[in-house]
Amino acid sequence: MRRVGVTGRGLVVALPYMWLLLFFVVPFVIVLKISFSDIDLAIPPYKPLLEWVGKNSLAIKLNFNNYAFLFTDRLYVNAFLNSIKVAFISTVLCLAVGYPMAYGIARAKPAVRNLLLLLVILPFWTSLLLRVYAWIGLLKANGVINNVLLWLGLIHEPLTMLYTPFAMYIGIVYSYLPFFILPLYANLEKMDWQLLEAAEDLGCRPWQAFYKITLPLSRNGILAGSMLVFIPAVGEFVIPALLGGPNALMIGRVLWDEFFSNRAWPVASAVAILLLILLVPFMMWYQSVQARESAGAR
Amino acid sequence: MNYKSSYFILTCLGFGFAFLYVPILSMVVFSFNASKLVTVWDAANSPTLKWYYALLNNEEVLDAAWISLKIAVINASGSVILGTLAGFGLARFSQFRGRFTLNAMTTAPLVMPEVITGLSLLLLFVALEQLIGWPAGRGITTMTIGHMTFSMAYVTVIVNSRLATFDTALEEAAMDLGARPLKVFFVITLPIIFPAILSGWLLAFTLSWDDLVISSFTSGPGSSTLPMVVFSKVRLGVSPEINVLATITITVVTLMIAGVSLWMSRMAKLDKAAA
Repeated sequence: MRRVGVTGRGLVVALPYMWLLLFFVVPFVIVLKISFSDIDLAIPPYKPLLEWVGKNSLAIKLNFNNYAFLFTDRLYVNAFLNSIKVAFISTVLCLAVGYPMAYGIARAKPAVRNLLLLLVILPFWTSLLLRVYAWIGLLKANGVINNVLLWLGLIHEPLTMLYTPFAMYIGIVYSYLPFFILPLYANLEKMDWQLLEAAEDLGCRPWQAFYKITLPLSRNGILAGSMLVFIPAVGEFVIPALLGGPNALMIGRVLWDEFFSNRAWPVASAVAILLLILLVPFMMWYQSVQARESAGAR
Repeated sequence: MNYKSSYFILTCLGFGFAFLYVPILSMVVFSFNASKLVTVWDAANSPTLKWYYALLNNEEVLDAAWISLKIAVINASGSVILGTLAGFGLARFSQFRGRFTLNAMTTAPLVMPEVITGLSLLLLFVALEQLIGWPAGRGITTMTIGHMTFSMAYVTVIVNSRLATFDTALEEAAMDLGARPLKVFFVITLPIIFPAILSGWLLAFTLSWDDLVISSFTSGPGSSTLPMVVFSKVRLGVSPEINVLATITITVVTLMIAGVSLWMSRMAKLDKAAA
């Protein structure tokens, strides 16, 4: 495609480029700007940064109070720390559940493999909201799990599962599992399994061979899957709101409440900026892992 | 391959798929339950279709579904155009100014927490309205723009990876024979990436149809989408009508996925036969 002229190339990428610049990058600049403005009882509920003072002087007023507020109130610090903890534990759980599944799918016969892969993808196509909702029906006091356990006689009174951290973890792992399995599967599928046979011929036990060969070779798949779970999970709103109960302090929820309930747009913007600063290193890491994966594939 | 899966792996697969499918199947089963308690089976009056009638006569749900459908179709079509251009550019032009930025801008929306995207889009729309008077208020237009911004990133990835598995030989040959770049794109490249475009369209449709967070931030009065209505109902607890909605969604998605993958495997066989 070298012969497509420079102008031709420019035209092809210009449209998506401009679109993303306007609707994805510029908005962050505006969020940054509003995170420095004062809250105002007006529509929209913030004061302008730039103001004409007198005739010929334009004053910029940067207000750091929103940030100072976030660091002085324990609620916000705790929400940040708790979100990182929840996202991290969920990622580890996805690894524990997803790795054996991705491995099993990658080693299945080709015909079975495609069917299993389809079964992993299918839930991802049905609404996230509805799948999270399904867990309310399973976990609540007179829900399916409690009814089955009572009927079996294993418990005598219903367990409290809904609106607990447990429910939230289940919801996150359940919703994000396909995102973990798919990149890991794509990585394992390219694996040369003869390496394992060679290792076993040379006296390696299966577990040793897995630990010394499969695991290091699938490192990029694990990393890509983990990032796809961890990064969005830190800012997750729907799952903690529906399954976590009122005490589930997640930063995505705090942002939502500041914005919709308190109408504190500048505070919500400051939360968004801090969250972004926290997550950008992970996003860059994800991109470099992706670049390595596709360089290895060609 | 003469490998046999160990019992450990088979057990993990079994439990893993049970974990993925028990919640989905439970919604389907209880959508036929007569009891208003949803998860307590009313053996005397079930199975019943009464909640199906209730849902199909629920004006609020139907109006929201109509709005969601409009947004999803416009979003899918727009995302496919933008995403195909971006994916084609990234896969076929090895160097151009802004390549790195474009790559970053199409990767980031895939992992960006939705609350951040939603908030930043809303603040952009508010600022634009103050500056140039557009968009006047918020509603279907602003929601569609929001959906397209993250959906096109998915389409880009799909188109890009489809093109990465095809070398440029066919396109080069056509150009050697004197075809102009635009003609090469429509006659050679487009048929090659058509399956990717189709999956991209369907995925963009689904992402939009499901989206709650970005819609909530960018919607205006009187333009509630289906997920927004569902969310406000579900916050109050389980509801039999939501189980019905879930069952309908699952059925449609399953039929669609099965149909598309059958069609694609047939196309792949034809490709092989032709080669």
